[in-house]
Amino acid sequence: MICAGLDVGSRTIVLAILDGGVVDSVILEAGLNPLRRCQELLADKSYRRLVVTGYGRHLVAPAVDGEVVSEIGAYAVGARHLYPDCRTVIDVGGQDSKVTLLSDGGEVHKFEMNDRCAAGTGKFLEVMSNTLEVDIGELGDLALSASKVVQINSLCTVFAESEVVSLISRGEESSAIALALHEGIATRIVGMVRRIGPKERVVFAGGAALNSCLRQLLSEKLGIEVTVPRDPQIVGALGAVLLAEHGET
Amino acid sequence: MTTDYRQMWADLGIDLERHDALLGALPPIYQKAYLSQRNRPIGMQFFDFVVGDIHGIRVQELRQHAMNGGKVVATYCVFVPEEIVLAADAIPVGLCAGTQFSVPIAEEILPRNTCALIKSSFGFKLGRICPYVQTSHLIVGETTCDGKKKMFEILAEYHPVHIMEVPNKKSQSSRDLWRGEVAAFKEVIEKLTGNEVTGEGLARATKLVNERRRALQRLYNTRQARPVPISGKDALLVTQVSFYDDVARCVQQVNALCDEVEGRIAAGEGVFPADAPRILISGSPMAIPNWKLHHLLETAGAVVVCEESCTGTRAFSDLVAENGGTVQEQLRAIADRYMQIHCACFTPNDERLDDIVRLAREYQADGVVHYNLQFCHTYANEAVKVERALAEEGIPLLRIETDYSDEDAGQLRARVDAFLEMIRG
Repeated sequence: MICAGLDVGSRTIVLAILDGGVVDSVILEAGLNPLRRCQELLADKSYRRLVVTGYGRHLVAPAVDGEVVSEIGAYAVGARHLYPDCRTVIDVGGQDSKVTLLSDGGEVHKFEMNDRCAAGTGKFLEVMSNTLEVDIGELGDLALSASKVVQINSLCTVFAESEVVSLISRGEESSAIALALHEGIATRIVGMVRRIGPKERVVFAGGAALNSCLRQLLSEKLGIEVTVPRDPQIVGALGAVLLAEHGET
Repeated sequence: MTTDYRQMWADLGIDLERHDALLGALPPIYQKAYLSQRNRPIGMQFFDFVVGDIHGIRVQELRQHAMNGGKVVATYCVFVPEEIVLAADAIPVGLCAGTQFSVPIAEEILPRNTCALIKSSFGFKLGRICPYVQTSHLIVGETTCDGKKKMFEILAEYHPVHIMEVPNKKSQSSRDLWRGEVAAFKEVIEKLTGNEVTGEGLARATKLVNERRRALQRLYNTRQARPVPISGKDALLVTQVSFYDDVARCVQQVNALCDEVEGRIAAGEGVFPADAPRILISGSPMAIPNWKLHHLLETAGAVVVCEESCTGTRAFSDLVAENGGTVQEQLRAIADRYMQIHCACFTPNDERLDDIVRLAREYQADGVVHYNLQFCHTYANEAVKVERALAEEGIPLLRIETDYSDEDAGQLRARVDAFLEMIRG
């Protein structure tokens, strides 16, 4: 049976189709009308069952005849499928970062999420890459090229941005500023991981896992090598499609 | 709304244009959160009426009382002893502070990074949109948090304010301090009203307020049943209304509601399926019309079975001893009862942790949601200990930090859905 999993995030939409044990996926920007994007995306696909996850799941699912599962649940299933020994999932998405502790059997045992604001999320990195005038995809490499360390004290997206502006006007290298921003966000995420009491294997997924500097800093600060899947952005949609196939939501 | 009220509001100095916008905003919210619920107890009709007429008849009653020479004493906190106010033939009224509507008004003066409850309450006075504040002769504040404490200093520029100092420890010297504050409050009320607070008056008021506490206890006890005979939203509303409605009428209405709801239990009827996840909410108060978290949980398939909160058990769990005696003896009994409130302003406050664990057991809660108003530092920090205490008992906890706005609805839903999936297993 062909199944579909849809992860409607705040920044991206990911569709995963499972057909005969093979997963095929598509990643799109969510844009201003995620519902229409999803409808267009699904229009020419045929599937027997659809499970929707992500920030927009309650908006999209009723319109496309799908069932829903939370991102925490979907990422747990997706990460566990890729790495059956996974016990901790770090998912840093567009507007939320989440750390989930799994039981031996793979059930969600405990989870932590960021505070109310955008500090420590993908959105933070996006705002900062705009301020530094660098593509979001290159921000991590820029930070890793830094030859000097500067300090940014605030992790509030608004306050940090003004700190960045003053560092720029002081003539600091953008690489050093980028590194400082990554240090800040990594410290925030590590705080959440410590709070939950991580168990190995630690899988790091979500859009921010594409960031080379963040991957490196998380491993260093945790003293645990974090595993990043080949396509870290599709883990939620993968979990959703697996739930569609196994009939549990 | 009748034109009579408009005249009354104008006489009270209400900013009519803003006030129209406020009252216009309420019905759609109430429709969505309350009237759309299925299988509600008939006894809730009274409370629906009270909300529908929120600035009407009750304000008129208070105003009539004032016109007859009586006094109205407004409060924000469960530490202010109503018995003393009632004993002097004044009427205590709990002010609402639960809407985003008045927050931007307050932010013209107060810092933005202040908790929504403080901003909302201040905005009601500053914007002249609350007829209860306008009717009152005195606002009684307290020192349960630093933000409130400093806000009251500014509020005093607009309205007469008296501050009661709530101590921060539960030691003997703190108890003595509080007894002194209660005795001083009696003097303030006597001066305001021109009436003497007598032993007889205190005994009568104590009995009356205890009656309301018993009625609310009775209502909350019904929520221990499975399936739950009344929604968490409805029960929360009853508690919220009890802060400003006439005490005797409230007792009567709550008891009538209990008769009906207890009948449902006997018949095995509920408002949610018996296997719906049962949630105990603990933390910051939810002033009317703040129904945000209850609505979120109950539309996600859970049912709220209890609130360990100032708009919940902390408002009515303990009774004042009805031993009568001299004025001094009774004031002491009143003071001692209020010192039993396990507010996060105290350090240490381990009794609250015990309460949460006990309530989770008594109400067969599948999980606890710790509700924290953003920038409420006492509850936010105490949540660390709450989490540990519940972990020891194997009770799942979800910490929610939010305010009155709707901008975080999606993020909250992500947390709530994941928590409920985890509980359901």
